Amino acid sequence: MNIVVCVKQIPDPAAPQSFDASNNLNRSGKLILDEADTYGVEMALQLVDKAGGGEVTVVSMGSGADVAGLRNALAMGATKAVIVSDDALRGSDALSTAKVLAAVIARETFDLVLAATESSDGYTGTTPVQLAELLGLPSITFAKAVSIDGTTLKVSRQTEAGYDEVTAPLPALVTVTAGVVEPRYASFKGIMAAKSKPLEVLSVSDLGLDGQVGAAGARETILAVEAAESRQAGEKYVDEGDGAQKVVAFLESIKVL
Amino acid sequence: MTLSTIWVLAEPSNGSFTTTSLELLTHARSLATNVAAITWGEGGQLGAVAGEYGASTLYDVGDLAGALPGVPVAAAIQALCASAAPDAVLIPTSYDGRDIAGRLSARLDRPVLTNVTGISDDGGLVTEHPVFGGSLTVKAKFTDAGPGVVVVRAKSFVAEPSGGATATVVAAPAGDTGPTGSAVIATSHVEERTGPKLEEAAVVVSGGRGLGDASAYAMIEEVAKLLHGAAGASRAIVDAGWVPYSHQVGQTGKTVKPLVYLACGISGATQHMVGMKGSKNIVAINKDADAPIFQIADLGIVGDVHKVLPALIDALKARS
Repeated sequence: MNIVVCVKQIPDPAAPQSFDASNNLNRSGKLILDEADTYGVEMALQLVDKAGGGEVTVVSMGSGADVAGLRNALAMGATKAVIVSDDALRGSDALSTAKVLAAVIARETFDLVLAATESSDGYTGTTPVQLAELLGLPSITFAKAVSIDGTTLKVSRQTEAGYDEVTAPLPALVTVTAGVVEPRYASFKGIMAAKSKPLEVLSVSDLGLDGQVGAAGARETILAVEAAESRQAGEKYVDEGDGAQKVVAFLESIKVL
Repeated sequence: MTLSTIWVLAEPSNGSFTTTSLELLTHARSLATNVAAITWGEGGQLGAVAGEYGASTLYDVGDLAGALPGVPVAAAIQALCASAAPDAVLIPTSYDGRDIAGRLSARLDRPVLTNVTGISDDGGLVTEHPVFGGSLTVKAKFTDAGPGVVVVRAKSFVAEPSGGATATVVAAPAGDTGPTGSAVIATSHVEERTGPKLEEAAVVVSGGRGLGDASAYAMIEEVAKLLHGAAGASRAIVDAGWVPYSHQVGQTGKTVKPLVYLACGISGATQHMVGMKGSKNIVAINKDADAPIFQIADLGIVGDVHKVLPALIDALKARS
């Protein structure tokens, strides 16, 4: 069982976000592994373990040279990592991102591709399915539980009303929701081992995608960035045993009670 | 109007189309002369509803034989585009809507814009996207001709019937989709829900990390029940596995605009705020006096949810 996990290195979500001069998300600070991707890495490790062996390959792309997030995934237990790292990727839209990832993944031998439902910084939320289409794979999104029975994939997929049990033949692509598994912390041993695990860095030219991705491949543009209508803060009280009464009085004032 | 034709994905749900679908149909008719809807399954029977909300044509992909809608519906739209492509395809932000958008974008090799909360016509389609917790609005557009795929968040527009005549239903089969279309639904499970739906409730009570542990979420559910509202959650506690994803309010979850939103133990991460800042009234209960949620709360209680919520439950019970 070989599994590819798509991961993204993002600016620390706890830090204030900003745009750079080209209206791209400012990624000049330290990048970390998107927490949303740790669920896919953990799921892959567990599925490979259950299958009795195989490789977990993490795949990523970015415009900078950061690899700390990938080392983190390797420290959790992934076998190897491949990143397309190229300044030409700056300004890539979701479809270009999918094209880059598809070109990388097509070089791998895999049974399953895992991704998060969306990244925590850009949250476009379409890249995994675009990737599945480019790779010619069936996809099951919003997985709450994933199991593999022979060559059949079984997924509990979140729906508006509850969930569906969905099946598809392997190879396939699955997006996992947060909380689907409990991501392990990298052990000290894992962190040390990650330093010598294979980490391949590719350029856009290596994949033959020159001129098709990055700002050159994007077919949408930002016209303006404007301050949104803001709300005013109202009354604020420190609870001195009367907090609940204040809430009740407020609910009465707006006729909820 | 510089736009001539817009297609809207109309998702079937319980004998009608989803509210977001109707919102998109309503808005589409203010943007373009020709509005068509695309549906599947039981939606094929809804020519009258599609017409009432402004569509002149209802393209029906038909029965999907259990397949997840993403691939067959995108394949059908692609086939329709081959003869007469629209200026844009508007798709609701939903589980299936996002699948269809991604598949369609890749199949047509056309760009996609998501998390859209506003669409206007300014010599072409201009989309609005809230970013950084809704503190900024990005305006964007496609830079070339051809149908752009636009994925729109719920409650961006208000659904209003136009009184239009029944739409002409036109069969739009998907054809053979090969291996990509091989994901099929074996069984569907409906989770028992008590009270109103999160997106439709007049009162939403949400819990966050400040609850301390999963068991404390029972207090959120109890307050919600006592106020005849729905229980929501921040991403933090959904990620922690305390409550299902379907409870999540925020950028990556649901958008709610209730009469009143009670944020309990929620600090107000930008990702959460964008999903609830459109609420008519906001009440926040949080230990940290500097929590960003207080900046948008009409009533802020600086206090421990473990003290305030039990007292609130007692007070509400005493009234009922």
